Amino acid sequence: MQIPEPRDPVEALKAALPDALLDVHQFRDELTLIVKPEQVTEVARFLRDTPGLIYNYLSDISSVDYYPDYYSRPGRFGVCYHLYSMLYSRRIRLKVYLPEDNPRVPTMTTVWPAANWLEREILDMMGIVFDGHPDPRRILMPEDWDGHPARRDAPLGYETVMFSFNVDEIKQHKPRPRE
Amino acid sequence: MAITEQKFKWEGDLEALRGLVSDRAMTGETMLLNMGPHHPSTHGVLRLLLELDGEEIVTCMPDVGFLHTGIEKNIESKTYEKAVPLTDRMDYLAPMSNNLVFSMAVEKLVGLDVPERAQIIRVICMELTRINSHLVWLGTHALDMGAMSVFLYCFREREYVLNMYEMLGGQRMMSSYIRPGGVWRDVPPEFIPAVEHFVDYFPPKIDDYEALLTNNPLWIDRTQGIGVIEPDDALAYGVSGPSLRGSGVNWDIRKAQPYSGYENYDFDVPLGEHGDVYDRFYVRILEMRESIKIIRQAVERLKKTKGPFRSQNRKFVPPPRSELGHSMEAVIHHFKLWTEGFSAPDEEVYVAIESPRGEIGCYLHGTGGNKPRRVHFKTPSFMHISALPIITKGHMIADLIGIIGSIDIVLGDCDR
Repeated sequence: MQIPEPRDPVEALKAALPDALLDVHQFRDELTLIVKPEQVTEVARFLRDTPGLIYNYLSDISSVDYYPDYYSRPGRFGVCYHLYSMLYSRRIRLKVYLPEDNPRVPTMTTVWPAANWLEREILDMMGIVFDGHPDPRRILMPEDWDGHPARRDAPLGYETVMFSFNVDEIKQHKPRPRE
Repeated sequence: MAITEQKFKWEGDLEALRGLVSDRAMTGETMLLNMGPHHPSTHGVLRLLLELDGEEIVTCMPDVGFLHTGIEKNIESKTYEKAVPLTDRMDYLAPMSNNLVFSMAVEKLVGLDVPERAQIIRVICMELTRINSHLVWLGTHALDMGAMSVFLYCFREREYVLNMYEMLGGQRMMSSYIRPGGVWRDVPPEFIPAVEHFVDYFPPKIDDYEALLTNNPLWIDRTQGIGVIEPDDALAYGVSGPSLRGSGVNWDIRKAQPYSGYENYDFDVPLGEHGDVYDRFYVRILEMRESIKIIRQAVERLKKTKGPFRSQNRKFVPPPRSELGHSMEAVIHHFKLWTEGFSAPDEEVYVAIESPRGEIGCYLHGTGGNKPRRVHFKTPSFMHISALPIITKGHMIADLIGIIGSIDIVLGDCDR
């Protein structure tokens, strides 16, 4: 069987889905495509199925919280999809930025079932909601846990001492008991 | 009420499970059974909620998180160098793999070089770790299936590997030997003779394990045709490592994207054919032989390669103790690195290596300061447990024990 020549993912994506791609970032030898959150599954399916790209393996989904100085970025949260192409032995990262209020992104489980638990972990740890996820429950933390521990404003096993200069900030991010 | 009249039905939170188990469980036609979290064959604290039709598994719902210790969150509050001992505690049967993937991520983030000698030591460590982990896997897997003696032999040889760990890092399990920029210290003089003895001593022992299991009709009956993972399913569910290669998919990161100089070693990647428990067992047996092959070559290279065992870039790697007495520069570097640590750019990297269980990946995001913004480990056990419902569907409950053993999970690795 003839293996098609590898194609440049950026060029291919610009030709096929010009609206989806917001930015391209290169650091060391890693390519990051910053895409629109609504179109991330579409982009992933394109990268998976197009001859010459075939990013057929979902390595990881990880999340990052840019709190407190996220004003220079498009959003507070980032979700990174690490894809791997076994045919061409190369990796690519899809990244979406999500706002602080109500961070939501479509689920990747329709493209790779492997995303199921990875997304549950992010829902649990970071509080990002995946629309259309088949089983949106907490996975690592107890079911009745309040808050999302991987967020940067979640305290690390202790609480910040409340003073008059930081009382507003602490109250804003303090996990509240459930009604 | 007589015992026979009791309803064997879980009344409590049954409603909460609607949609997750089949409707037959709602009427009590099938049985819901808890397996674990304290079950000897779950290799840690894994709880499985099983829906059983007789002895047949209808649904298997893994429940993890009992061993969650917040390692990723803890690393965010530590400097890069001080975070290394935490990574040992994830996959406690393959501590060096975790050290290496974290160190490689840090090295990539800050652009740090690793000298040749350190790379060779790392390869030896990785392969010893693979043997260590596979020995525990083989022993416990066989023990689950009722072969007691294999367990004792495997742990006898594992002791040998642990002694070599102790020579390197001073610790038998949580070695923290591999650090960003190289390794903690050079190998001690008694290490190379010990490894050379081990590579001659160990292959006949693998023959012994094989004599006990490979052609054993009881073993074959219990493992062949059980727990088949189709290659497409395996890729879709993120299965990696020997479990993926048992299904015949030729993907080994050591070959596909070589790191630490693996491209210089001559070794084969064993592949299975049917993707069942037996093939995964046999792939790991062959992997141990390949590891011995790599260690033999690496020891020869190590003897020929002189030079530093960690990077000489003093902005990232502390100076040797001997320099502290006469160099003011060294004292400054030592003080800065052990108090403040080094800074890394506000960028993100993802590094993946081949751990004994599969692809272990480290996503590291710096802040521009001395602590990471976010660390996330993609761990093979997590992905393998998430694939368990697909693998176990329609199997007998007794086979579940074998299947859990064959995908080689460590719950510390899964829950982190």
